This record gives sequence, structure tokens and C-alpha cells, in this order.
Amino acid sequence: MKLAVCIYEGPYNHAASDSAYNFIQAAVQKGHEIKGIFFYHDGVYNVTRLMEPPQDDRHIANRWSALGASGIDIVVCIAAAKRRGIVDDVLVPHVRISGLGQLTMMAIEADRLVVFGD
Amino acid sequence: MAEEIKKIMFTVRKPPHGTIYVYEGLEVKLIMAAYDADISVVFMDDGVFAVKQGQDTKDLGIKGFAATYGALVDYEITKVFVDRKSMEDRGMTEDDLLVIGEDEDTEEPIKPQVVDSDEIAAMMAEQHNILAF
Repeated sequence: MKLAVCIYEGPYNHAASDSAYNFIQAAVQKGHEIKGIFFYHDGVYNVTRLMEPPQDDRHIANRWSALGASGIDIVVCIAAAKRRGIVDDVLVPHVRISGLGQLTMMAIEADRLVVFGD
Repeated sequence: MAEEIKKIMFTVRKPPHGTIYVYEGLEVKLIMAAYDADISVVFMDDGVFAVKQGQDTKDLGIKGFAATYGALVDYEITKVFVDRKSMEDRGMTEDDLLVIGEDEDTEEPIKPQVVDSDEIAAMMAEQHNILAF
């Protein structure tokens, strides 16, 4: 199945980010195709390289970056990002800023769009 | 062969103020309306407050976005529904709903269509994807 994932919540503050990550790992393992991951609302904070969590904790931004490096398209909404001070300069590698049109294409092309957030 | 137009539904279930979900959700609708998709919007649960007319956010110190709903029809978002039970549970009637545009020919104001939950369920079952805000 072709899946797309949209994440509404910020990292550490909310389980949505972890749940989405675990869901994607499981889906890939099962052989599903991830058409893309889209960060919206406070979700845009997931991929800032300025985060520096304690060393014995998971590094959420690096984790997303690694998924991006594996070939999954990871998109941060530009409108939501600008509002929150997230710009290209602060992104981890393998993540890009783009518009809501990308979410639209994911919603159209994926068999299921799975949303994580309140 | 032409690609089938995909049905995409937005549900608005949160109150319009207090968090940014509903406002940023509106921005998504306006963008998606420009694409080749069959868009519908359903206001239910506390989301019905988003389409209550006469909202004044001045004392909240925020810009407010209720006026933008008045342009939904201009954006060709015409399938706009309100869940009857959610509306009535919150003491609202159809008269409380704001205008989302006007009829091109008659210039009559257009309001969201009030529907029952089972109709919403039937519409949901037909969707390709659903986005909740």
C-alpha cells in the first residue's frame, strides 16, 4: 500500500512524533511504500538541527533525517515553518521545506494519509 | 484515460480558538481547492463553533479568521456541511451559521448545509482520504 504520513505535533512534547516514527518503521518493514512525510502545525519543530536532547535520549531530528537519507521524501510546510522561525538554515539534512501543495499531492497519490496529532 | 478525481474530506472537530489547528487547517483547504480534487468540509463536535457568525477575536488579541470562511465558495469549496447534532448540542441553530459565499446567479447567500450524522458517515465512507483539524 502507498502511505503518506502527516505529523501535527512538536517533538518530545507529544507522542505523535514517536508514534508516527514507529508506524513508518513498521510499515516499511512490512513492505509498504511511504510516499512522503509532511510536518504541519508545531510538527515543523521535529526537524530542527538546533535541538540538543540529553545524550541518553532519542534524537528525534536525527532520526527523521536518517529516514530522509533512506530515500523517503520529508517535507516541512513553509507557511507553518515561517510562523515558527523554522527556515532552511536550521533543518537537519535530507529534509526540505515546501508548500501545502506537497501535502495535497500526498493526499491524492497515497492510498492512505495517516495523521498523527490531537 | 483520465485519472479519477480523488475525494478528499476535511473534518473540523476542534474549537476555532485556543489552538491554531483550525486556522492552519483552513489554510490547507484553500490551497487544496486549487488542485484537482473533490473537496468537502464537515464541521462537527466543537468544530461547529468555527462557523458561528459574529465571532469577535479582538479581545483575544488575535487576528481571527472567520471572515475567510465567507470566501469558501469563491475558492470553489461548496461542499460544506455541519453536523446537526453537534450544532444543536451546543445550543446553535442554522440561523447562527455564517455565510460562506453567494450564489453566482441569484446572489443569494450560501450557508453550510446542516446534515445528520449518518449522512456524514456515508460521505466519509466514499472518501479517498480524510484530514482532521
